[in-house]
Order: sequence, then C-alpha cells, then structure tokens
Amino acid sequence: MPDLKESALLSVENLQVHFRTPDGVNRAVDGVSFSIQSGETLAIVGESGCGKSVTSMSILRLLPEPPARLAGAIRFEGRDLLSLPEREMRRIRGNAISVIFQEPMTSLNPVLSVGRQIGETLRLHQGLSRKDAEERAVEMLALVGIPEPRRRVREYPHQLSGGMRQRVMIAIALACSPKLLIADEPTTALDVTIQAQILDLMRDLKRRVGAAIMLITHDLGVVAEVADRVVVMYAGRKVEEAAVRDLFRTPRHPYTRGLMGAVPRLGAAERPGAPQRLAEIPGMVPSLKTRIDGCVFAGRCPSVTDLCRSHAPALEPKAPGHLAACHYAPKDALAA
Amino acid sequence: MSAAHPLAPEVPAGLAVAQPLPDLYPPRKAYGRIHRTWRRHPTIMIGGAILVIVALMAILAPYLWTVDPTAISTSRRTRVPSAQYWFGTDMLGRDVYSRVVYGARVSLLVGFAVALLASLAGLAIGLVSGMVRWADGIIMRIVDGLMSIPPILLAIALMALTRGSIENVILAITVAEIPRVARLVRGVVLSLREQPYVEAAVTTGTRMPMIIWRHILPNTLAPMTVQATYICASAMIAESILSFIGAGVPPSTPSWGNIMAEGRALWQVKFYIILFPAIFLSLTVLAVNLVGDGLRDALDPRMAKDA
Amino acid sequence: MFGFLVRRVLAVIPVMAVVGLFVFSLLSLAPGDPAALIAGDQASPADIERIRASLGLDRPFLVRFGEWAWRILHGDLGTSIFTNLPVTTMIGQRVQPTVSLMLVTLIFAVLVAVPLGVVAAWKAGRLVDRLVMGAAVLGFSVPVFVVGYLLAYVFALELGWLPAQGYTPIEQGVGPWLANLVLPALTLGLVYIALIARVTRATMLDVLQQDYVRTARAKGVAQGSVLFVHALKNAAVPIVTVIGIGIALLIGGAVVTETVFAIPGLGRLTVDAILRRDYPVIQGVVLLFSFTYVLVNLAIDLLYTLIDPRIRY
Repeated sequence: MPDLKESALLSVENLQVHFRTPDGVNRAVDGVSFSIQSGETLAIVGESGCGKSVTSMSILRLLPEPPARLAGAIRFEGRDLLSLPEREMRRIRGNAISVIFQEPMTSLNPVLSVGRQIGETLRLHQGLSRKDAEERAVEMLALVGIPEPRRRVREYPHQLSGGMRQRVMIAIALACSPKLLIADEPTTALDVTIQAQILDLMRDLKRRVGAAIMLITHDLGVVAEVADRVVVMYAGRKVEEAAVRDLFRTPRHPYTRGLMGAVPRLGAAERPGAPQRLAEIPGMVPSLKTRIDGCVFAGRCPSVTDLCRSHAPALEPKAPGHLAACHYAPKDALAA
Repeated sequence: MSAAHPLAPEVPAGLAVAQPLPDLYPPRKAYGRIHRTWRRHPTIMIGGAILVIVALMAILAPYLWTVDPTAISTSRRTRVPSAQYWFGTDMLGRDVYSRVVYGARVSLLVGFAVALLASLAGLAIGLVSGMVRWADGIIMRIVDGLMSIPPILLAIALMALTRGSIENVILAITVAEIPRVARLVRGVVLSLREQPYVEAAVTTGTRMPMIIWRHILPNTLAPMTVQATYICASAMIAESILSFIGAGVPPSTPSWGNIMAEGRALWQVKFYIILFPAIFLSLTVLAVNLVGDGLRDALDPRMAKDA
Repeated sequence: MFGFLVRRVLAVIPVMAVVGLFVFSLLSLAPGDPAALIAGDQASPADIERIRASLGLDRPFLVRFGEWAWRILHGDLGTSIFTNLPVTTMIGQRVQPTVSLMLVTLIFAVLVAVPLGVVAAWKAGRLVDRLVMGAAVLGFSVPVFVVGYLLAYVFALELGWLPAQGYTPIEQGVGPWLANLVLPALTLGLVYIALIARVTRATMLDVLQQDYVRTARAKGVAQGSVLFVHALKNAAVPIVTVIGIGIALLIGGAVVTETVFAIPGLGRLTVDAILRRDYPVIQGVVLLFSFTYVLVNLAIDLLYTLIDPRIRY
C-alpha cells in the first residue's frame, strides 16, 4: 500500500482548535487527522457543533487567533499551512483552495455587484484587468448555469434568488480552478429541488475542473450521492473513517449507527418488525469546555461500559481502510 | 488517568487507549467575586469610585480645609498655587481651591437634576406618544422640530430669556434634552406594542394603566437608565459651557464653569485658574460616562460585545 | 424616487414651522415683560416703550407670528436692536469664518475618525482598540473650551507653532487662513471625532461578523481591502447618518470655539447677541443654524441610495 500521506493533496494531522471563551476553553477540534487525494471527494459528517466547520475554517486559517488557538499540522501540497506567513496564505485562499459557504443569502456582499465579486478573485490571483475580469465573470456565470449572464453580472445579490446566489458562490469558488474545493453545507439552505440541481452542478464541475472536494454536511443522503470516502466527527473528534460503501454497509462506531438510524429510509416502515419512528440518538452532545477523560460518546452510547467512561478508545483500523474509535467495534481480520 | 477513576476496571491487555492531548490554553485562575465583577465591569467600578469621591467632596466641602469661596480680597489677587493657596487665587483674590471644592455642588446638582427631570418628562411624553395614536403625530412633529435645533443652542436661547440662576440653568438644559428621551421611550413602546404578550393583554381587556405599569415601564427602565447617565454627563458639560459664555449660573456662585469663565481673561498668564476646575469637571464627566458605558454593556447584551 | 424626493422635501416644512414657532415664542415664554427684559436693568420706561413698539408686542401673538414668518420667507430676518443693522447683513458679515471652520473640521474629523473606528473594530479588545475608545470617552468628557485653551496654551503660547487667536479671510491666502483654523478645528473636532469613531467601530464590529466578510477573506482579499472596501461600504449608512446628526455638535461647539479663539463668526455673534439680549439676532442665528442642520440631514437621506444598492425609494 503506497503511503497516502506522501501523495495526498491535503493532509490534516492531529489538528487541535481550542477557543478561549468567557466561561472556559472550548476544545472545538481535538486531535483530528485525515487526508484528501487529488480528485477525491471526502465527506465530513457530524451533527452541528461537532467541529466540522471549524476544521474547514482552520484549513484556510480563517479563524481569528485569539480567541482560537491551533496546533497540529495541515499540509497542502507538502507545505504546512499553519506555519505559512499570512501573505502566502492569501495567495492560496480563493486560488488553490476555495470555499462554498452554507448561507448563499448572506455570504455575498450586498453592496458589490455580482460581477465584481467574481472578478475580484481573478484580479487578485491571476492579475486580470477590470475589463478582462468582468468578461471572465460572464463566462463563469454561464458555466454555473445562470441565464442572461451579461445582464446578471451587473446586478446585486438582492436581485437574485437563493439558488442563483449559491450558483454565484460556486462561480466565485471555481473562478481560479482550485485544486481543493471546500463545500460547507452547500445545499442546506436551499429548497429540495434546487439542492439536487446544485449537487449535479458540483459533480459536473468537478469532472471538468478536476478539483478534490471536501464536503461538509450533516446530510447522509448527500454523502451517499457524491462522496468517495467519509469521515465521521463527534464532539470535536474523528470517530470513524471509511470508504462510503463500507460505511453504509457496516458502520462500526455506535454513533455512526445512530446517525444512520436517524435517516428516514423509503419503505422502511413496511418491513415487518422495523421501527415505526425515526430513531433518535438520546442525550446531548457533551460540553467541550471540560476535559473528557473517557470516550466522548459514552454519555449517549447504548452499549457503554465503565471502561468507556475511564479510557478513551484510540482510533484504530477495524477492517482494511476502515478506522473507528470504539473499544467494542467489530474488528475484521486485518491483512498483516 | 486511572487515579481520577478509582472504580475504573483494569485495562485488558492489548486494548488501544487514546493518548490525552495537550491543552492549548493554560488553565485559568479562579477569581473571587469582587475580582470577577471588576473584570466584567471595570468601567462601572472606576466611574462609580470617582463619583463617590466627588459626591463626598460636595457634601463635606466646608470641612475640607476650605475658606469662604466668595470672600474677595484685593491684597491677594492672582497668587500662584502655594502651600497656603493650593490652587492659587483668582482676579478678585478668591481662593481657587475652595471655589473648586464648592463648585462640585453645582455640577452634581445640575447633572443629576437634569437627568432626573428630563427622564421623567421624556418618559411621560414618550408614553403618551407611543400609546395614544392621535397625539403621536402632533408630539412627534414638535419633537422633530426641537431636535433640529442643536441642543446647546437651544439651551443658550432659553437662558437668554431669563436671569441666570441654577434653577433656570437646570430648566433650560432639561428642555433641550427632553426630545431625545421622548423619542427613545416612544420607540420602546412602539416595539413593545407589537409583542404578542402585550397584544394579548390588550385583547383580554387589561386596562391601559395596568399594561403600562406591568409591561411597558419595566422594559423602558434599562434603556432609560443608560440614557439618563449620558444626559447627566452632557448636562454637566452644558452647564459649564453656559457659565463659560456668561449665560449660566450667577458669577457669585462658584461653579466649575464660572471659575473657568473668570480665568478666561488671564488664560495666557495664569493658566492654572482654568486648569484646576477643568481637571475636576473632566474627571467627573468622565466618571459618569464610564458608568453609562458600563451600564449599557451590562443591561444590553447585544451591545456588550461592542464594548 | 421622484415621489419620495417630493415627500421628503415637503417633510421639512412642518419641522421648520415648529422651529420658527419655537424661536418666535421664545420672547413670549419669558417670565415678565419681554420689552423690559430686552431693555435691561438700566432702561428708562421710555426705552421699554420704544422696544415694545418696535417688536410689535402690543398686538395678538398669532398675528405677530404670521407677519414675522411672512417677512422671514421673504429673506427679512428683522433688525438688530443693538446695531440697528438688518440681521441678514450681520449674518452675512459673519458667515465665512464659521463655514470655513465647520468645513475644515468636518473633513479633518471624518478623515481621522473613520479609520480610527475601523482599526478599533478590527483590533477589538486589543490595546489599539482600548486606546482609541478610551480617548473617545475622554473626548466626550472634556468641555470644548478646555480643549481649546489647552491646545492654544501648548501649541501657540509655549511652542509658538500656530497663531493663538483670530481669523484670516481666505482671500488673504489659503496658508494663513488654514494656519488660523488648525487649532480651532482640532478643538471643535474632538467630540465629533469621538462620536464618529464610536459609531464606526460599533457598526464595523457588526459588519465584520457577517458571512460576506468571511467570504472575502476566503477569496484571499487582503486585510486592508476587507476592512475598507468589503466591510466599510456596508457600514456606510449608519456612519454617514451620524456624521449628519453630529453637525449639531459642531454648531453648538462652534459657538464656544469661536469665543475661545476670538473668531468673528456666527458663534461669536450668537454669544454677543445673548449677552446684549439682541433678540432679532438670536432668532435669526438659531433659525439659520437649524435650517442648515435640517438641510444637511435631508441631503444625507438622499445620499443613501448612492451608498447602498438595496435602498430604493
């Protein structure tokens, strides 16, 4: 097996992100590692507040420090982003790595025209003139499927619908043909029909541009549709990682099993003996402001033991390419 | 690790246990209650302390090694500060230190009286405007008109009508400040009227005074307190400006503005006559403003992060 | 848009009517006999009678107000009791110093205050922020004339860098004109700067939390451009509003500043008129200042559409 870390486009190693707050230190991300290969789509899944967005923000170093403090390493094409000077970092943002945010309604600047907001990236990173940048912006709008791009380019965000705004966000993100596209809940705020359109658009564009995608979502349906590999996060930690098919077939961490139980499945109710209600995971995500000695999921786990409460399980391979952090996760024979 | 959990089971051999990760922030010190209040609201504490000192100074003025602040003496005019005349003497030979100490009385009286009167009057006008539809139009036209006259100019114009006295100064500044309070109260009332629980009270036939007493007043209290402190501060400044241009309290009464007005003619040679009252006035106003800022942060959680 | 313009301009009329009524009734509000009040303590009964007649105090209030308003609408602000000159003439002689002082102060204050507020918001909670905001509270707490005398004492008397007092008309050269205005403008500007910087900071703090600022950063936009293009453009409406409202501070402050620096402007005219109880002059100056204030804020209302594409009337 080749060393994945060496060839990886992005590798996050033992990332810790702690926030100082008036009532204690919030350990929002605590020791998370994963990597993304070129052209791959990695999904990061978890409930809100599990640290998935914080992880993506730290990759671009967009968290204000303080109150945030970061440790670990984030290697992108071999360079550690955490130790890069701000100037170098700016050259990467929006260029080699770009982001699509969750809120298309609020993520565009209301007082700048759409064309200017797309063109700005091109002028910054490719040194285009104002005129050329606007010309490219028109092309980008056409590419993401906005009708009448030449008229729309002069318009302001409030003149566009939510779906159109998200298309503009995608146009901004793709303008400089990034190597890594971080999509932070790109469809959550949209209507279901528009969600599907945007997902199709992203898949299509990925084929054309060849970017790797880091998809952050709490929606397992979206994961199954577009991801190659999945990282499951809980309370600031990675609890499971597997190829998308393995994960859906044999989820090994009780939290992942809980998440899947919470997804409504078509026809599930008709099967005899199937639970009539959508399963919920009982309990609450623990506060991240106090140190947790044992397993972070112990408080909500249906099969918790005293061992779980005192000793945190290490993340270890349970099957080839399948990691889980649970003392009791079923373990297949691993090739030596 | 296991020391924290005496009942923890033995770890089976070969079990993979996660290594604990370091803290990125050092652990915080535990603070006592006074220290915590201090850390949360340092401005209120500093401002409050200064105000207490100034208030004590005003009350205890006769016992603070002062002489008669109005005693005129031709033989000891414009003396520089010394062991005998701490802040020197003015053109009429009056002891500047004693005048400054007694001057605290005027400033505090004007500041607090204006804050109280303007708040009460503004509250009444704002309530009527917010609750009585037909009156609202008329009142707001008048308020708009008065607010388009710069407040200092308004106070000056009012003072021009009357003989200078502390009562008239208080009245003139109060009139200039009322429109702002009325606007504020009216805004709060109008937004409260939209609230479901107030609408419910109206539809269930609760009588108007009861609604005002139970729902409206408690909610106007916080913004009005903050506004009142700012009014107190600007009233003290306004008093000094009125006295300074000769339209304030009578020259015989020692007020910080008066002392400075009298020092005006000599400012190029005897700057200290202006300097001492200026320091006292500025510190006192600063203290009120600090309390106001602190109250705003403490009472309005939305604004707190801007502090 | 045109409809809004007409409505907004018409709304000035009731406001100015209230101002006019207030200014006119100042005399009648005064306790005692206004004619005696104006004449002063040493006046003979004949003097008082003469003043009463010249003010038309023997006729009904509303009639007098109507006549007075009619004359004002025709540009006649009456005649000074003290100099016997038309009030408009006296104002005309004093306009230039005051307009110069206020314009210089306005430009200088905005250029200083907005960047200060932006930087304070950017570095919120840090030393720079604390220093700027501390200075702002101090600026609110020190009376204008104290600042004036302090500056004059240090920079004119001790250091001798700038003239301590007086005014040079702009016709005699921009250099001397400006040299005479530097200290007064600093004096007058302090409170104004404090006000604008505070509002700028508060608004920017809010704007910097917005998602589109994060988007700009994620695009690789440099810090300066994030602050002064992406964020400041969104914060512009409240800032411009406070610049307009703050003109009231400038007007009140000008009265004092002109006294401190012996500038023969409208503020000085106001103070002299009050000390002499020269009522027509007081009325004229208050009317003029209020009218200017209302007009400036009207202009700012109309400016909003240029700043923010979302605002359409």
